[in-house]
Amino acid sequence: MSSATANAPMEPRAYHLPEEPHLHEGHSTMLGFWMYLMSDCLIFAILFATYAVLGGSYAGGPGPKDLFDLNLIALNTAMLLFSSITYGFAMLAMEKNRVSATQGWLFVTLLFGGAFLFIELYEFSHLIHEGAGPTRSAFLSAFFTLVGTHGLHVTFGSIWLVTLMVQVAKKGLIPANKRRLMCLSMFWHFLDVIWIGVFTFVYLMGVLR
Amino acid sequence: MSDAVHSHDAHGHGHDHHDDHHDEGSHGSFGSYMIGFGLSVILTAIPFWLVMTGTLADAQLTGFIILAFAAVQVVVHMIYFLHMNSRVEGGWSFMAMMLTIVLVVIVLSGSMWVMYHLNANMMPHPQMEMDMGSTQEMRLSNDMSEMP
Repeated sequence: MSSATANAPMEPRAYHLPEEPHLHEGHSTMLGFWMYLMSDCLIFAILFATYAVLGGSYAGGPGPKDLFDLNLIALNTAMLLFSSITYGFAMLAMEKNRVSATQGWLFVTLLFGGAFLFIELYEFSHLIHEGAGPTRSAFLSAFFTLVGTHGLHVTFGSIWLVTLMVQVAKKGLIPANKRRLMCLSMFWHFLDVIWIGVFTFVYLMGVLR
Repeated sequence: MSDAVHSHDAHGHGHDHHDDHHDEGSHGSFGSYMIGFGLSVILTAIPFWLVMTGTLADAQLTGFIILAFAAVQVVVHMIYFLHMNSRVEGGWSFMAMMLTIVLVVIVLSGSMWVMYHLNANMMPHPQMEMDMGSTQEMRLSNDMSEMP
């Protein structure tokens, strides 16, 4: 009996689905990128928690009231908010396959992002020049780490934006480029969401206390 | 704004492996972006105005109000800019976001709670200064026994 089984013409045994699912390229990219953003969100949560714990330890140095210029922060916030809406316009143009309009809005977004970074670097250099650098107190260490990490994200987002503008210029709005632009869209809007936490929790609450 | 997207998604679940996630293509419309932008401007401007002019004398009340505005603005950004709803990617994005929110709340409130109590326990107490020797030892042993 056993030999009969062994000699029987073997049916190909498939331990997987005989027909592979027809998943097109990049079908899970959006979900995967969202997962990345959520993990990034946890990094910021830890930095916010650190700031919440250390934010009151001035070590006899200057506090938020002495250091923060809310006019500058309001301008900065406006820059990031404008960059968010212009990125949205770029996505709308992309949906309609208008290459030059997409590129134009991406460039405007880049300008606003650059303005944000410029203002932030100005603020940082001003603080350091005043002797309120990250080494001054636990409050300032936590402040520079949190705001600096956000700024670093915006920097890398801008580099990514330039990269994608070159890609779109070379290859047009092919599906892969559209997918990349959608990822950057999520990244860029996500950074704006983090900034809401920063300006509320660090700057506004800091000046209040 | 996204009714069309929703009904499309509902059909998407009917397919088994031909589900090709066309719902990724939902970018909202010009109108939804402008609504989101308008709301964001208002929700940003009011907290800045409250703090910069000091309209409310009570700092704590102002603090609560600007935190509430921030929370609402985060939701506005999620809906109008990130196009988040409970149906994107078959609900997995939403699940991931919910898990993240739970973790963020635990990390933030837990850190603040623990560190606040730690700071409060580290403060010099008046009775400690009265009788440095024995009271301090008692306090130390009390603190040890209070630890979980």
